[in-house]
Amino acid sequence: MKAPDFSRWLDLEPYGIEASRKSALLAGALCELTRWHAAKCDAYRRIMAVQGIDSEAVLPLEQVPYLPVRLFKEFDLLSIDWSETYKTMTSSGTTGQQVSKIYLDRATASFQTKVLSRLMGRLLGKNRLPMLVVDSPGTVEDRSAYSARGAGLLGFSLYGQDVTYALNASMNLDLPAIEAFLDRHRDAPIFIFGFTFIMWLHWVLPLQQLGKILPIQSGILLHGGGWKKMHDQAVDDETFRMALQSCVGGLKIVNYYGMVEQTGALFLQCEEGWLHAPTYADVIIRDPYTFAVAEIGQEGIIEVLSIVPLSYPGHALLTEDLGILLGEDDCPCGRLGKYFQVIGRVPEAEVRGCSDTYEVRI
Amino acid sequence: MKCVSDLPVEVLVGGRLSEIEAKPMQPYSYEAVAFLAELSQGLLANPAIRTYPDLVGFAYWCRKANLQRLARDWKSQRQRIGRGIAFHIAPGNVPVNFAFSLGIGLLAGNANIVRVSGKRHPQTSLICAEIDRIAKQLGHERVASMIRVILYPHDDAITAALSESCHARILWGGDTTIAHLRTLPVSPRCVDVVFADRYSLCVMDASAVLAAEKEAVEALAAGFYNDVFVLDQNACSSPYLVLWRGDAAEVDRAMLRFWGAVEHLLLSKPPSPVMHGLDKYAHLCRISVLLDSCVSVTRHQNLIYRVRLRELSSGIEHYKGRYGFFFEAVVKSVESLKTIVGERYQTVTCFGVDPEEIISLVVNMGWTGIDRVVPVGKALDIGVVWDGYNLIETLSRTVADC
Repeated sequence: MKAPDFSRWLDLEPYGIEASRKSALLAGALCELTRWHAAKCDAYRRIMAVQGIDSEAVLPLEQVPYLPVRLFKEFDLLSIDWSETYKTMTSSGTTGQQVSKIYLDRATASFQTKVLSRLMGRLLGKNRLPMLVVDSPGTVEDRSAYSARGAGLLGFSLYGQDVTYALNASMNLDLPAIEAFLDRHRDAPIFIFGFTFIMWLHWVLPLQQLGKILPIQSGILLHGGGWKKMHDQAVDDETFRMALQSCVGGLKIVNYYGMVEQTGALFLQCEEGWLHAPTYADVIIRDPYTFAVAEIGQEGIIEVLSIVPLSYPGHALLTEDLGILLGEDDCPCGRLGKYFQVIGRVPEAEVRGCSDTYEVRI
Repeated sequence: MKCVSDLPVEVLVGGRLSEIEAKPMQPYSYEAVAFLAELSQGLLANPAIRTYPDLVGFAYWCRKANLQRLARDWKSQRQRIGRGIAFHIAPGNVPVNFAFSLGIGLLAGNANIVRVSGKRHPQTSLICAEIDRIAKQLGHERVASMIRVILYPHDDAITAALSESCHARILWGGDTTIAHLRTLPVSPRCVDVVFADRYSLCVMDASAVLAAEKEAVEALAAGFYNDVFVLDQNACSSPYLVLWRGDAAEVDRAMLRFWGAVEHLLLSKPPSPVMHGLDKYAHLCRISVLLDSCVSVTRHQNLIYRVRLRELSSGIEHYKGRYGFFFEAVVKSVESLKTIVGERYQTVTCFGVDPEEIISLVVNMGWTGIDRVVPVGKALDIGVVWDGYNLIETLSRTVADC
């Protein structure tokens, strides 16, 4: 069986395909991926079979079979030979948690980079900007096994120059490094990248404590990653923005939604504050109780779709996040495609039943 | 044997730990029955308990008439006496279980130290408040002095100290808990009653389901709901497997009728947490990968998942689901159970199948599992005989004269 080749998709505008054309194109590509994974991945084939899904069928977008994202924590799911694995990505679980393992071959890794380049080009412009990474250099040092954080930092670092880490090995502000960096690029726009919670905890709060305002004239600050820890500290998008603005000055702040299980699908926030599905990916909000497609405005479970996952069956994933679809093709920002909002995680349910007498102390 | 000392625990009911009355009584003593009957009355008179069907169930269990019936059945064995102090570790997520455990400990004639879970269920407070009230009444001092309900976080030092000063331990909570608690020192004569991980199933006769009146099918669905959904299908006695007896065509029609009724009932209840649906879908994918005998799945929205098995294969219970996730298989006779039943099997709930038939299979064919066969709807009804133990006997001793 010949591997699907979607390289021509890169010629398409990241946010330039209107709904009717996009859904047909995307459904075609995703069904091709379903066929591919059913042929290549035994576990995937079995999951399809029990549900009576014909992997050869041409289905509309919303009927493309999806896997629960947590399956990647429990199984090694891959549609390539072990010998072809080139990179293994893992999610950044806290100690003791199972982590997702995502296996990429060269082709998938390279396609993923190209898709990301398309999106980042749209965001940052043609020229590479001086880049400040709000993290510690230690995060990327072990290159054999990429944690989601390390992989994210490395991936995004391709789009900057003079990449400088803003935190030292113990996750404290490296003020001399930051100040030297800002000195070197006094009048140029800069690109700042980091994970939301790390940026909050190790950058915004310490800067505020020091009463320090960094002299940054212009540029873009991109941040992403889970909001769970932020919500635990009662910090929402607005609070975060205000706090950032108070200590770094004139930056355009952009949030993104994405996950290691589907790195090709990166949903960037627009000027209106909404997350946008690019041409190469999509989002479907599903009714939390029936999994039927939810209406615009109805809160539901987020499913993410992407044409990138070729080496593992992750082209359609049911996440454990809740979101709301806000519309399609009609965001005032001008981008075509679906735009949505993430509400948070599906709450953990307490299990009733008789087998947990002696709670383990955490 | 060490005396009970005062330990750093929160005492929810009763005085100081060191002042517990350790002197045992005869099983079904007048005092214990009177105390529990009073507890039943007090609870049933409290309108606040109506929101908790499990609490109502407990209150019904310990009402006077039921206890007197149990005592009558016991009559023949007069030369018995409680063991002394029973130390109970109650499960965290079955709120009223501690009360059953305590009640049975009292009926067997013991003093009871009951450790409840740190999760403060409203049912726990309601029961404790009622026990407190009765304890202050004239005539109930003796039994009151035999009760301590305590709370402490996971702490081996406390658990060990209590284990060394008791005559019996009643350990709920499954294999992991038991394995851990068995590593702690206990007094030499201490008897352990342990409730390990168990699995349960349901057997239905297709023609009986088809022949039943509409109301009877609704009642069957309601019973099944109680067996399964009240404790998230996570109780040892909740069925993970539904076995259908009959020919294929009949079974198909019976399934449609039965599951239709269960779905209808579920739709009338408040929605369950969203995570339950995600869990079931993930579990479906998981077992599709792991289990060869899965043939197909029937989903009733995300409320019920039913996975059809090609055949019953041993070890299938390890793949049990939760929140309304069932395996199903069609059999010609209940004897087919022999391929799966091992010591891990506890309760069989049945409809249209004679319990005697199953009991005689267990006894005559020497099966190592199944210690309870009850009608659908009774899966969670705890009693003095549970998990293969006659708890009153196990928690008391015989004074022999020969």
